[in-house]
Amino acid sequence: MAKFSLNINGKTQEVDVDPNTPMLWVLRDHLKLVGTKYGCGISQCGSCTIHLSGIAVRACMLTVSAVGNQEVTTIEGLSENGDHPVQKAWLEVDVPQCGYCQAGQIMTAAALLEKNPNPSDSEIEMAMNGNICRCGTYVRIKKAVKMAANSES
Amino acid sequence: MKTIKTKFGRRAFIKNTSLAGGGLVLGFSFLNSCKPEQAKEMAVREMPKEWFEINGYLKIGDNGLVTIMSPNPEIGQNVKTSMPMIVADELEINWEQVIVEQAPLNTNLYSWQVAGGSRSISSSWQALRMAGATARHMLKEAAAKAWQVPVDEITAVAGIISHEASGNSAGYGEMASAASLMEVPEEVELKERSEFSIIGTSRKNVDGKKIVTGQPLFGLDVQREGMLIATLAHPPAFGMKLKSFDADSAKQMPGIRDVFSIKLYEDDFKRSAFHHTAFNEVVVVLGETTWQVMQAKKNIKIEWEKASDVTVGMTMFGNDMNVNHPAGLENTATHRSKMEELKARNGRIVRKDGNPDDAFKNAAKIIERSYSCPFLAHNTMEPMNFFANVTENHAELLGPTQTPEWMEPAIAELLGLPLENIDIMMTRQGGGFGRRLYGHFMVEAAAISQKAKAPVKLVYSREDDMSQGTYRPSYSATYRAALDAENNLTAFHIKAGGIPESPLFANRFPAGALDNYLAEDWTIESNITTGAFRAPRSNFIAGAEQSFLDEVAEAAGKDPIEFRLDLLKRAQENPVGETNDYDASRYAGVLELVREKSNWGSDKSGMHRGVSAYFCHNSYVAQVLDIEMNNDQPIVQKVTSAIDCGIVVNPDAATNLAEGGVVDGIGHAMYSAITFKDGAPEQNNYDKYRLIRHSEAPKSIETHFVDNGIDPTGLGEPPFPPIMGALANALYKATGRRHYHQPFILDKPPLVG
Repeated sequence: MAKFSLNINGKTQEVDVDPNTPMLWVLRDHLKLVGTKYGCGISQCGSCTIHLSGIAVRACMLTVSAVGNQEVTTIEGLSENGDHPVQKAWLEVDVPQCGYCQAGQIMTAAALLEKNPNPSDSEIEMAMNGNICRCGTYVRIKKAVKMAANSES
Repeated sequence: MKTIKTKFGRRAFIKNTSLAGGGLVLGFSFLNSCKPEQAKEMAVREMPKEWFEINGYLKIGDNGLVTIMSPNPEIGQNVKTSMPMIVADELEINWEQVIVEQAPLNTNLYSWQVAGGSRSISSSWQALRMAGATARHMLKEAAAKAWQVPVDEITAVAGIISHEASGNSAGYGEMASAASLMEVPEEVELKERSEFSIIGTSRKNVDGKKIVTGQPLFGLDVQREGMLIATLAHPPAFGMKLKSFDADSAKQMPGIRDVFSIKLYEDDFKRSAFHHTAFNEVVVVLGETTWQVMQAKKNIKIEWEKASDVTVGMTMFGNDMNVNHPAGLENTATHRSKMEELKARNGRIVRKDGNPDDAFKNAAKIIERSYSCPFLAHNTMEPMNFFANVTENHAELLGPTQTPEWMEPAIAELLGLPLENIDIMMTRQGGGFGRRLYGHFMVEAAAISQKAKAPVKLVYSREDDMSQGTYRPSYSATYRAALDAENNLTAFHIKAGGIPESPLFANRFPAGALDNYLAEDWTIESNITTGAFRAPRSNFIAGAEQSFLDEVAEAAGKDPIEFRLDLLKRAQENPVGETNDYDASRYAGVLELVREKSNWGSDKSGMHRGVSAYFCHNSYVAQVLDIEMNNDQPIVQKVTSAIDCGIVVNPDAATNLAEGGVVDGIGHAMYSAITFKDGAPEQNNYDKYRLIRHSEAPKSIETHFVDNGIDPTGLGEPPFPPIMGALANALYKATGRRHYHQPFILDKPPLVG
């Protein structure tokens, strides 16, 4: 066990955990930030996507000891009132079916738009390909990403 | 206002709704416990000082806000929005005034609290409407009494009760207290379809904001004071069982509280098919956090041994049956050779019309083709999990289940508690697809909590989830068609089978459309457990049948839609047999609609189209799928769906569900499979098990619903099966090669050279 001081959603959070613990479980079990989802544990499904210094990463294979003092943003911290353009577009398009993967989808989409405010269809597909939606909402996800892009530009 | 009068006497109503899914039990205790807590984030809505319960489905606040209970499990089919919409419409309240809550399992108030068979809306349609209409009537009665005017002069619209002649008017909130004390009406008036103001209009997912902001909603998100986490180890292969384990080092690991084994069902327990599990005895790791228990599990030394033949007696919807799991470690290669063997033999004849033998003897042309599909894992994105808090006299269960009612007896049996001491509550569920119909994980969670004497959340890893069984069976179908010299279809023969069940629906199309028809089936026993997977059996046989019909139409030189419509015309005008289970005119209706909406026949160069249509779960779906080749890779550009599922409650959400069915069907037909080596599944996570991803989904999907005013018939499953046929038929047009064996990505011609 070791103590870590983490910068999560703009707040400093202390945890005392095994240094090999993935951020996914630090967030979910220790900090009760359960918006970041467990889907596969091997970076294949994207349900656990968070931002590390603004870059979309999979929290299930990111150990707590590798985070250091980098800024961590989770779905809970993406916006103050759930009004990030991507979240607003998701609501407008009414994307979710079961909803389980959507936090990961939104985090990947938000990181994409940060880097590339006007992505083409194929750029959206490439960026989002690591996020599985078992319900098959891909067509709506793409529509919402484009809507968010247009609202930002 | 013209209304339809539905005669339900008070007694009849209560009796009827206890069957059909409703009830009017005043003072229902669960509702008392529903504090405004759940609606805290709805800051714009001012919560009332007091709620008044009108019936088991709804309560009205003194300020006019209405809480509507959604009885059924929400697995992504959006019933948590659409079921309350039905109540709200008959109640005549603005949707903005409605707060929705998930109802717990309550067999006194609701029935069919099941997410299965695409039946949530259809089975509760009347009960939900009556719940709203009854409450509206009681509000009017309360106003009539207060104002001393005749009740039939009173209107109640959009949450306002008015009496024009006297000029009296009041909000629902003002009358809620008095209404809750009114007699339940002897008969209840339901709206005409033209009077619906919410049904048929698109309303957004009531959990949308919570989903996009990552609020706790799902079973895996459950947190409780003092809660421990459990995970379990099951045998690595089907045909194996637990022999012994040594957990000394695992127990020394940080955060680990205990390691023990549990046995789920005693041999003499009469289990239902929904209780079944391949692995009755498992090793449990109990600890403080998920990561700790998952790590400790790797440190347990477990010895497994080969299981002997097992016969499990079980019931399914009241029917007794024996399920045999023969001993042995099974392999996909052996499965395939056994299937080939059975395909070549005569099957069990399930239906025979006319004289198919003679018709085939006299045929000018016979077309014979075989199709197959592999086992599939449901792969809900949220793995199996459940929370249980078992005390001496009570058990609380909370989590994702599609069948709370059906699982309750198994939990009661295991814990030795009466049913009434068990409370089951559903969370929102990260997908279902049939997997959560089988709730052994609930029983496991209860057993662990009882043993640990603590609240426990059981969590399956993805690997546990994918290797546990309950798979979609592996199926096979061989079709033969006889054509005469004029290219008329004169006989049709299907022989279908599978491990461990057959996918045959002997009374579905084209049965009834042909004088000479033969349907046979066969099965192969296995120790690999299987279960219902979105549109069971249809999820294979639709694609196979619709691919075959495409090939027959081509051989007959006919347009594939015309060919089907000709057969349906025969089935409509002069059907063969009396057990046909489809409505040929509705079937033809969706084909005609998809033909129109997809501009069938106006083919663009470079665009390759396939069509398919299927009936299942009481609804009809026809689909046209367009493929464009891009560097030898097929790209699905567009899918056009035409759906007849009766009245559509929430059109945009229904469209979403239909789009999902299309993507799901293309994905599974194209990419997914579970194969076995020495009893072990060879895929246990998404690095080896391929699910469809963004770039592989259709570029656009268009959905059209038939507007016929029929009561809703079901939508969760029907859009899923036929797309596999449309995909195969479009692939043929695009590549010149027919695809017979799923997953199509692996269905390649043998290497020559």
